[in-house]
Amino acid sequence: MPQASAQAQPERTPARHGATLRVSLWRGRDDGAFVEYEVPRLESQTVLDVVTWVQRHREPGLAYRFACRVGMCGSCAMTVNGVARWTCRTHVAEVAQDGHVQIAPLANLPRVKDLVTDMREFFDKWARAQGRFFGARTRHDEFARVRPDSEARQAADAGIECIGCGVCYASCDVVTWRPDYLGPAALNRAWTLVNDERDTAQAARLRAVAGDAGCHSCHSLGSCTERCPKHIAPTGSIAGLKRVTARAAIRGKL
Amino acid sequence: MADVVRETRRWYWQRVSALVLALCVLVHLATIIYAVRSGLSAEAILARTRGSVTFAAFYTIFVAACAVHVPIGIARVAEEWLGLAPRTADGIAHALALLLFVLGMSAVYAMVAG
Repeated sequence: MPQASAQAQPERTPARHGATLRVSLWRGRDDGAFVEYEVPRLESQTVLDVVTWVQRHREPGLAYRFACRVGMCGSCAMTVNGVARWTCRTHVAEVAQDGHVQIAPLANLPRVKDLVTDMREFFDKWARAQGRFFGARTRHDEFARVRPDSEARQAADAGIECIGCGVCYASCDVVTWRPDYLGPAALNRAWTLVNDERDTAQAARLRAVAGDAGCHSCHSLGSCTERCPKHIAPTGSIAGLKRVTARAAIRGKL
Repeated sequence: MADVVRETRRWYWQRVSALVLALCVLVHLATIIYAVRSGLSAEAILARTRGSVTFAAFYTIFVAACAVHVPIGIARVAEEWLGLAPRTADGIAHALALLLFVLGMSAVYAMVAG
């Protein structure tokens, strides 16, 4: 086997007793640097476990985010060996190469300190994409009946499980090229609402997601779909938005 | 708002022209392969295309689809890679569309009526 591909292979062997892992953590802000630590290698150890070990035993001032530790909250995403991932659901055994792991903050987001990024722009874009539900009914009205097998409901279902971790956004090359691009998560959210038959803000939403900073900037590179830990396909959602906005433009409703 | 409608229309026209081009390219290639299989001369080809309404109609559609499709893509590349302003990129796209259409149609004219 060529040496390059041998190096690229993650180690899938169980951790030996007393073994250690070399971890490069990003310290500081934009002008920071990677600092290497030696961390005890444990069985079933996750990347988040590694970061937590460094914070508790070596660097009390290390800044990083996590909450649930079980892949529900979406707050612990970081760049692990160059790839955006949930650190709580990534085992060291899946990613370590030659006993080494590099951990950096998410890309495409302003750095705050160490492994923490400023997520404001990411979530502001959800608001800009009209990612909020607007309904016509009140609590006094009957529940809306939405057929579970309708095409629109199925399309909404396919994208609804997003927990806003930012992995897709950090993986998107178009966001890197043009920072005003709304990004896969916000557009995927808009697509679930475009398919919500109860929503009353459809025209405004289509205007918000079309255009240069919206769905028409997507080149269908597919990194978002490949990296999404929830196996959502924002590329498909964005393609759907392109179709629906085109239809609206032809009818003069954009 | 103009940007939203412009981008949406650009995408729509590029999609529609791509559909036309996909069909035209297939017919174009199949015709070439079929026509030259026994080695046709330039005179023999011109003898068949001259006065052919079918040839003229097909290649007019082909040229029109190219004139729509290519400039939209070029404008996009110019905006993203060269950082041109949308208006400048649009100007280049329109000039390119005109150039492609004129060159293409002059070739069609030469084959049919030249």
